[in-house]
Amino acid sequence: MDKFILRNVELWYNDFKALKDVSMDVERNSITAFIGPSGCGKSTLLKSLNRMNDLIEGCKIMGDFLLDGENIYEDIDVNMLRKRVGMVFQKPNPFPMSIYDNIAFGPRTHGIRSKYKLDEIVEKALRDAAIWDEAKDRLKKSALSLSGGQQQRLCIARALSVSPDVLLMDEPTSALDPISTSKIEDLVMELKKQYTVVIVTHNMQQATRISDRTGFFLLGELVEFGDSEQVFSMPRDKRCEDYITGRFG
Amino acid sequence: MMRSKFDEQLSQLNNMLIEMGTLIETAIALATQALREQDIRLAKKVVEYDQEIDQKEQDVEALCLKLLLRQQPVARDLRLVSSALKMITDMERIGDQAADIAEITIMLAGTPYVKKLEHIPQMAQATVKMVTDSIDAFVKKNLELARSVIEYDDVVDDLFVAVRSDLIELIRADIAYGEQAMDLLMIAKYFERIGDHAVNIAEWVVFSITGRHEKEG
Repeated sequence: MDKFILRNVELWYNDFKALKDVSMDVERNSITAFIGPSGCGKSTLLKSLNRMNDLIEGCKIMGDFLLDGENIYEDIDVNMLRKRVGMVFQKPNPFPMSIYDNIAFGPRTHGIRSKYKLDEIVEKALRDAAIWDEAKDRLKKSALSLSGGQQQRLCIARALSVSPDVLLMDEPTSALDPISTSKIEDLVMELKKQYTVVIVTHNMQQATRISDRTGFFLLGELVEFGDSEQVFSMPRDKRCEDYITGRFG
Repeated sequence: MMRSKFDEQLSQLNNMLIEMGTLIETAIALATQALREQDIRLAKKVVEYDQEIDQKEQDVEALCLKLLLRQQPVARDLRLVSSALKMITDMERIGDQAADIAEITIMLAGTPYVKKLEHIPQMAQATVKMVTDSIDAFVKKNLELARSVIEYDDVVDDLFVAVRSDLIELIRADIAYGEQAMDLLMIAKYFERIGDHAVNIAEWVVFSITGRHEKEG
């Protein structure tokens, strides 16, 4: 079964319809990219996948969001959902605490107290996020002392610390230099072996490089969705072709 | 906007391909005339054309690589640039073959033809048409025209078979004609190969339009 199955998803911010009848399947252990011009609904949809829109006043959501067959708006507690579906944002946002505490924060919230167990989780998360070697000798130092690229990998490690199934990434490299970007891209491709990744990106080359499937959004509609290779070499929809070739947007 | 510079470069690429196409058509036409008239001066000119064609290939290749590097094209732009990059290899080979024909012409120039050339000039005409149409199809993005080039190859192949039969008859008549017959067969084979290269070009044109490379059956 696909990791996420979305059917007839509609989302309003008060009177504004931000998502229009979106249906899509997100394959497990794959990277799905959402692309489209600003305001097309791609980030809105990404955020709905771990219910981050619930907090917004006037937001109304309809349709089915099934995670492993369970409706995330009806069958799953929101805290449990966010444990299963982690999120990494555009700008690295480490907590103003040590590297270690950043990673241990989530597991502690979920009740893990054992020092031994926490050490193990911290090391695994940092290793999985490919930042262990750079961080292992300074675990007690402030996370804010890390570079931007390191901070972003730390945030990925923090997301991984609660053993999610899915990692949502909202333009995770747009604030990073090419070397840090390349490290994150390598990392994301490595992560898909264990996790399902959904990424919003404005970087077409990035979507081409790393994603297995790509969805193109325009004015709240999912206009085209298919294998990335097909979407970027032979898009079916003219609006998608015009967008990716820079003819509008 | 980024796109306008890119569009300008794409139209430059089109123009360069048209120019290279014209050079090739001229090279084939000159080679044919030189062959028919046993004109060494014209034949030598074909060899000069070949050098110009080689230069053009390098120029187009450099532009394509620059576009890939700087514009990182996707979708139809990517297909266009990658098709151009593949097409010029075949175009360059056509230039080589026209030069090969000219070289044999120079060798043959001392001896008058035993029999008036009939099918070989027809092959030349047919291959010029194929080359012209394939480049035209690329520039105008004309799928039908590209497919007609692929089909037209049968005409050239049939003419090659006809030339071959003519030459066999000639050798049968008198073994002394053997040497000339062998040279003419080589020439016919070069024309037949030019037809194949034109088909390759047309196949890349089809790819640039449809995204699928329809290999000849």
